[in-house]
This record gives sequence, C-alpha cells and structure tokens, in this order.
Amino acid sequence: MQKRIKINERPASERIKDFKSVVLGYNPEQARQEALRCLQCKNPTCVAGCPVEINIPGFIKALAEDDPAAAIAILKDKNNLPSVCGRVCPQEEQCELKCVLQKKGEPVAIGNLERYAADWEKNKSNPGINVATASNNGIKVAVVGSGPAGLTCAGDLAKKGFAVTVFESLHRAGGVLRYGIPEFRLPAAILDDELRYLESIGVRFVVNALIGRTKTVAELFNEGFRAVFIGTGAGLPAFPGVPGENLNHIYSANEFLVRVNLMRAFEFPRYDTPVYVGKKVAVIGGGNTAMDAARTARRMGAGNVTIIYRRSENEMPARREEIAHAREEGIEFLMLTNPVSFHGDDKGFVQQVECVKMELGAPDASGRRSPAAIAGSNFTLAIDTAIIAIGMSPNPLLISLTPGISTDNRGRLIVDDNLMTTMPGVFAGGDITGGETVIQAMGMGKKAARAIENFLR
Amino acid sequence: MYKIITKTRLAASINRLDVQAPEIAGRARPGQFVVLRVNDTGERIPLTVAGQDPAGGTISLIFQETGKTTRALAQLSAGDSIRDILGPLGTPTKIEHIGNVVVIGGGVGAAEVLPVAKAFKAAGNTVTGIVGARSRELIILENELKAACDKLYITTDDGSSGRKGFVSDVLKEIIAGNAAIGLVYAVGPVPMMRVVANITREAGIKTTVSLNPIMLDGTGMCGVCRVRVGDMVKFACVDGPEFDAHQVQWDELISRLAGFRQEEKISVEQHAPGCTCKKE
Repeated sequence: MQKRIKINERPASERIKDFKSVVLGYNPEQARQEALRCLQCKNPTCVAGCPVEINIPGFIKALAEDDPAAAIAILKDKNNLPSVCGRVCPQEEQCELKCVLQKKGEPVAIGNLERYAADWEKNKSNPGINVATASNNGIKVAVVGSGPAGLTCAGDLAKKGFAVTVFESLHRAGGVLRYGIPEFRLPAAILDDELRYLESIGVRFVVNALIGRTKTVAELFNEGFRAVFIGTGAGLPAFPGVPGENLNHIYSANEFLVRVNLMRAFEFPRYDTPVYVGKKVAVIGGGNTAMDAARTARRMGAGNVTIIYRRSENEMPARREEIAHAREEGIEFLMLTNPVSFHGDDKGFVQQVECVKMELGAPDASGRRSPAAIAGSNFTLAIDTAIIAIGMSPNPLLISLTPGISTDNRGRLIVDDNLMTTMPGVFAGGDITGGETVIQAMGMGKKAARAIENFLR
Repeated sequence: MYKIITKTRLAASINRLDVQAPEIAGRARPGQFVVLRVNDTGERIPLTVAGQDPAGGTISLIFQETGKTTRALAQLSAGDSIRDILGPLGTPTKIEHIGNVVVIGGGVGAAEVLPVAKAFKAAGNTVTGIVGARSRELIILENELKAACDKLYITTDDGSSGRKGFVSDVLKEIIAGNAAIGLVYAVGPVPMMRVVANITREAGIKTTVSLNPIMLDGTGMCGVCRVRVGDMVKFACVDGPEFDAHQVQWDELISRLAGFRQEEKISVEQHAPGCTCKKE
C-alpha cells in the first residue's frame, strides 16, 4: 500500500511572518495518487463517521478518475461549506478514524481531498457547479446566527426551496469562522466565497441584527417566519476567576481573535482597531482556540509565546495537527501548570503570571484524569500579555430575552430528538445546544433543516 | 448603511446626529446604547441612544470628539451614512415610581440622562436635574432638560453659566436640605460618578451609574468591558451598562479605560489635521 501523501505546507520560518495560509494543499497529481489509495469499500465506514453524511467514496472515486467537477458536485450535495470543512474539521476523529486503512495506521486523507476538490472549484478558470435546488416554496424560515450550524441549516433549507433569512449580530457573516478562526487556517476570502455560494442559492443575510434586542423571536413569527433555527454559538468567554485577571493586556481569546480576525487589527493603524501584543505572551488553555491565539500572537510579533495548560499533552483537546503546527512555529508548552494569579504594575498592566504545578489524579466526569495543584510549587513567569482560552459557554443573551425557551443547568438550550426547543417551531443546534466542533455544529444544522422541513409540511 | 438625516452642532466639540435606523428607533428604551462602525476600516464603539423618533424612524446620537472614531463621525454631514449600527443594546433603565429622583449629567453625559429624566418624569416622579460642564459653551440640551425636569441646576467649573463649582456641590446641598431622595442617577466622567457615589453612599441614597468602558462586539462575547461590581465580574454591554454606584470598583474601571491609550494616540495622530489621509 502506498504511503499517505503529505500535504504541502509553508515552512514555519516563513509563515510566522504573515497571516497567509499555512497549508498549501495538494497538486492535481498528489490528489489523484491519494484518491487512488481509497479501497472503495462496499460498506464504507467512513461515511458513518461524517456528521454531514458525505458520500466519501463517491467523491474520492471521482478524484481518482481525475474528475474534480464530479467530486465537488457530490460534496456539495451534502456539505454546504466544503472548503471550510476541508480546512478545519478534525477528520482524524471522524471519517478518517473510521477508514479501514486506519487499522494499518494511515487512513485516506479525506480532509485533504475535500479541500482539494473545493479549492479546485474556487479557481475561476474552472466551470462552476450547479447544485440542484427545489423551486422556491415561499415559506419563510429565520436562521439566527451565521456560524457553521446556521449556515448549514440555511443552505440545506434553501436547497429544499425555503425562503431563508440569516440574522447576524456582527457586521459580517460567518460567526466563529469569521471572528474566531484565523486567516492562516481559514482565509476570509474562502469564507466569502462560501457565503456568496449560499446567496446564489437564495439565502438572504441580514447583519447588525441581534435577535432578542433588535427584534425578538416572537416578532420574527409575526413577520411571517414559520420556523426559527437558533445557532448563536458559545459566545460567552470563561475567565479563571483568579486575582489580577482584569489587568490590562489580559484578553479573553474571543477579544483577542475578534480584534485580529474580524476587525483586522493586524493591519492597524490602517484599520482603526488596535491590539497590543507584547514580547512575552502567555496563553492559558489547551484547545484549538488556545493554539489559534498563540500562533496569532506569534505572527503579531511576540518573540516568546507560552501555552500554559493544567493537564498533560495527552489530555489536550486541540487537534494534534494544530499542536504540531504551533510547535513548529516556536510556541512553547508549559504542561501540568495552572495560573493562580496575575500581577501588574502600578498602572494596572500585567507583568507576571503566578502559576502552580499540577499532577493528574483519578479520571473525572469527562474521562480525563483530573488535575490537582501541588502544594508549595508556585512560581512566577514574567509576561506582558496574557490570553485566556479556557473555554466558552452558550451565549445567554437571546435565551434570557426569549420567554418560553428552556435551558439545562449549563445554559444549553434543551432540544428534543428533532432539535426542536421547548418553544414550538423554534429549533436549535451547534454550541448553543452543547456541540463542540464546527462539523458537529454543521451536522446539527443539517438535521435541524430536515426537522424544519417535516415540521412545515 | 444608516443615513444621517440631520446634523446639529450642540457645542464646540459636541454634535448630534439624527440617523435613520427604524428598527432601533422603534424599540430603544432609556439607558440603552448602540455599537457603531463609521466605515469599512472603522472600529466598533458604543454610543448611548440619546433620543428617538419612532414615527420618523430615526435615533439621536450625541457625542464629543475625543478619539479617532468620534472625530470621523463629526466630519460626516446630513446625507452621509454610517456603515454599521447595532442595537438597541444593554439592559434598559428600570423606570418605576420612586418619588424624588435626581439625575446628574457631567459634560456630554447630559445627553445620556435626558431620555432617562423624561422616563422618570413620565412615571410620576419629581425629577431634579443637575448638569455640569467646564464652561458655558459646553452646556448642552439646556432647554430640553429644563422641560424634562421639575427643577434644573447648572454648574460650570469657571462660573460662566449657572453656579461656579461641580455637580457634586449641588448634590450635597440638596441632600443637606433634607430632601427625601429615592434615587440618584448619574452619567459622566468616571471621576464625577465616583464623587457622586461617595456622597450618596454616606447619605444612604440608592445610586445608579451608567458606565462606558471599552467595548468591541457589544453582545457579551469578548469581555473587554468587564467591570468589577462588588465581588462579581460583570460585562457592561449585557449585564449593564447601569450598575449600583456603591458597588463599582472605580480604580479598576479607570485603569481598564486606559488599556489602549498608546494605540489610541497612534490612531488619532494618523488622522490629525494635515495628515495625508484627510486630504484624500
């Protein structure tokens, strides 16, 4: 069996100088060779691992036959955002984990191939793909939030002929794909292309609309929307609750990434929004957001960036690929370490983080070994910037302003098997219901679209 | 795009823009604000909704030129547009029948207390207004406030209008006069709000302040507007912007307001008069 073909990447020394894409993708021959590795299983287990049910062997067969147009048509039948998924999905935990070649250690690079097919279509010299859409049935559906869950739900409903309007509170659509994931992993131009595609199949976008405040869910129904999908994400940043965490130059990862990604602070002062990044940056947390924040800080000129994580590398929730990318870019890792306080100067700017060493004890509710502080192990680290990336909870605003909708004790919307909330006609998916990744959110958006179709017919 | 219908100069560096924003005009309540972005390269800043005309579909934004964005806003004229306006945001003022209410506005804060004063008056309260500014030229909305309040006091630092001194001097006198004040509501520079809070704490009078920390999204997503209130950390954009004045940790608020001062200076210099970007 031929070895899995490695995807082309820019060298770390070059890519830390800019925000351009780290991964360059396959060339046509690499894509064909990788596609030929697929065994075309009669009962493809990979598909069972895909939350959006892509016909994986089908699109790979098309690539093996050097027919990228057919491949992208198969992808878009199920997936409204293939160039996004090809970049940010954790395939190693999903389709590729279920690939029969995984047992031999090297699954087919399904994600890389998806990306190749999607990028092929983006190349304007190639013919566009016409996706089959039902004729407009005039039934209005509102989608609240334009992140991966909302976009998927909107795209699927538009394909089924519904008149879909997406409401977004920020001034640009895309949700976490816009404000959270950095340019070097998901270029804004790629996201813009996907949004244009959704517009081309009839999805309407309304920005600067915070549902709950600008108008309520009840008002949406009064305006003639027959169903509402809520995909407002996990927008509420967690802070560690330690002394000094409100010192200046301590950001939530959301603040830091919104400044750089959405507001383009990396082009300050041409763009008005500033971001301060010092020379010694501590990033607290071990997820993908922590990796994104650390690598962004590096590109903003920080000479020394340290990720501080309270468990060991084994428990890190970030993708292995992203941890490896961060390491290549010179990010340092301080494992089994937890901040206990931040110290600042007399003007209120952070100067030190005080940490304590941790050890792993018995597994907790998540199955991961729970960390405990080692008494007397405190030490301080000189820093001038800190970024807190220890997690997010569901955005509570819309829920608190919508009577009749219920949440569980963690603030997640309660939904039934059809993703309908406790309010008739109101569905929800993605982080607001407890999803975690882009692709899980997309899977729920897809399922909700089907449920909304059934509800309205 | 949000079209500017009229522009009114209220004082040397204070302007009012009436802007077409029908959805906000129809549902903004006293105490709420918007987050706006002037143009495609602009930053997002919060501004209080100082008035609204639901029938005409406009909201009033009153602001002092202090930074890059407020200067850019001041250069716009009727017929121009603001790129983005999101709102209404924040928890509205709790308007109820209390009895005697004192509203205090410092500087451009006078614009922010106006809708609150009107609402308290409409709810049957006796409203006393105190507004202060450095000098006579910087006193704004005098007639509107007079109409909204049962009694209006004006103070200026230099005595060029009203009485010489600070809003806090008048507040102290009113309290000394044994008036039964149910609520003091104050908006203005942080040092002013802090002095007011200290006076009313001693007198045991419930006091609400509307805070204006740095904001980004305005929807509770980034946490840059976090303020310590008692022993809780609150996000001013969604939990506020109004808080119990006696619980606000003022030192931290003052420090956080200066968090980007260096960068703000660079931004303002880039757009200072005579700079090439203005000649375009």
